[in-house]
Amino acid sequence: MALLVPELPKGPHYGILAEFATPADLYHACQRVRDAGFTRWDAHSPFPVHGLETAMGLRRSPLPWIVLGMGLTGAALGFVLQWWVHASAQPLVISGKPYFAWPAMIPVTFELGVLFAALGAVFGMLALNRLPMHNHPLFRSKVFERVTDDAFFISIESWDPRFDPSATGKLLESLGARSVELLESE
Amino acid sequence: MTPERDHVALRPEQATIPPGHAWNRIPVIAAVFALVGIAASAILGTANPKQFFFSWLVSFLFFLSLALGALFFVLIQYAAQGGWGIVLRRIGETTFAMLPVMAVLFLPLLLGLHDLYEWSHAEAVAEDPLLQWKAPYLNVPFFLIRAALFFTIWSFIAVLYYRGSRGQDATGDPGISARLRRFAGPAIIVLALTQTFASVDWIMSLTPHWYSTMFGVYFFAGSFVGFIALLSVVAAAMRRAGLLDTVISPEHLHDVGKLLFAFTVFWTYIAFSQFFLIWYANLPEETTWYRARMEGSWMTVSLFLMAGHFAAPFFYLMGRTVKRNGATLAVGGAWLLAMHYLDLYWQVMPTLHPEGLRVSVLDVAAFVAVGGCFVAAASWLMRRQALVPLRDPRLAESLAFENA
Repeated sequence: MALLVPELPKGPHYGILAEFATPADLYHACQRVRDAGFTRWDAHSPFPVHGLETAMGLRRSPLPWIVLGMGLTGAALGFVLQWWVHASAQPLVISGKPYFAWPAMIPVTFELGVLFAALGAVFGMLALNRLPMHNHPLFRSKVFERVTDDAFFISIESWDPRFDPSATGKLLESLGARSVELLESE
Repeated sequence: MTPERDHVALRPEQATIPPGHAWNRIPVIAAVFALVGIAASAILGTANPKQFFFSWLVSFLFFLSLALGALFFVLIQYAAQGGWGIVLRRIGETTFAMLPVMAVLFLPLLLGLHDLYEWSHAEAVAEDPLLQWKAPYLNVPFFLIRAALFFTIWSFIAVLYYRGSRGQDATGDPGISARLRRFAGPAIIVLALTQTFASVDWIMSLTPHWYSTMFGVYFFAGSFVGFIALLSVVAAAMRRAGLLDTVISPEHLHDVGKLLFAFTVFWTYIAFSQFFLIWYANLPEETTWYRARMEGSWMTVSLFLMAGHFAAPFFYLMGRTVKRNGATLAVGGAWLLAMHYLDLYWQVMPTLHPEGLRVSVLDVAAFVAVGGCFVAAASWLMRRQALVPLRDPRLAESLAFENA
């Protein structure tokens, strides 16, 4: 299962982890990292920071299209299933309605549309985030444990074309990082 | 006064219609339309009073529902202490300030009660056990008392909130927001009840043998879609006309678009649920209303409503870009306003024309008359006031609003 394993770097380092004291520091550092042209990097925060996706220059997620596609598929499936059962495979008169009584089919059509859209949203999100992921090189950092508490981080991965162990570290320090850590690769 | 109270996030000249602006001419233009509409209605209506009263009822209900939707929009924002929509609130306040005007526009219908409502005929009631049974509610004196009560309550809430908000422009007193917030919860309950009974009185009792317990919600759903559609058109038009173009941002349009999308689905949910239960149970006393709308050209209108009031706007308004652009959002809003009118037309007119859709020139005349009065009065108010609540405590929050 390729999805379950993080893409591990080939070089001696996983990447660089920089800690910031406040969401504002993180926000401004993200803008600079984005403007420096990095592409393989991420920001980590205990809570959502408004506008961070713009500061990071993230593209819009394709998830809405997955949800739309799944929703339409579910609705079509629900409708066709009922049409096939009631009007084609096993026609039965139910409470004096025609075989193809389309209003009676709307609730199930709607529910299956919602169900498929919801499943598409959850599993599409997991797949796009490469989750579940049972371990991650960032977890080797001791300071990173505070990412769910009170610390804000930027991690830049070593296979970013612009990555350079010393220059990238200096850049992050110049952006006000409280600590900068070079993470080893296994 | 503390310095915070004096803080004004916007200068008044940023939020008023400047002298010489084209929008200053709207009241006069709309008043001319109103006069033409009233004259045409009067001349054509004397030849065909029955058609006149039904046409007037549809147009009256259309603009009334916009004002009631606006009242609900503002009340829920007070009740929930909403911040994002403060810059749009004055558009809502101006719209519901038309409720006393709608009371005046209701008066012509009083002349036509016998043309509109079968239960108002004593001889019809005398032959009909069901109408006799309903007579303690459906009789002319009680109908008039209820109508007076509805307009008194609506006008009271409307004037209270309109004057409160305008008063805050002058004094900057944040206590006004707190007082109006405390009153908002009970006001929503009163609004829901009066709006429900008004829809029963004015629309449902057109077919007095029929009843639907969902009808009040159905009318509410349509009225809220109608107002949000109007809001999207007015907000986009204001930005294009250079009014509030630095105040109302794509972020606000985006949220209006989301509400429009959501309540289009809500309207569909209610409309379908009402139809579905009646269709499935198939009880004669309930199916008559839908049967009239599933025959001949009324069936075409029914199908067109499904496509035009649900399917088309559902897919059109789904995307993010459409909602964040004033022009595309306004197209969706204008379309849904037309669909809301058609929805009311479809509810009222089969009583007059059971044989099928018969569009009359009086429909147009009544729409121009009622709409002309509505737009003239609303745009006249807009000239005399700031276009946003200048000293609302949450104005700064609204100005800086961003969708996540």
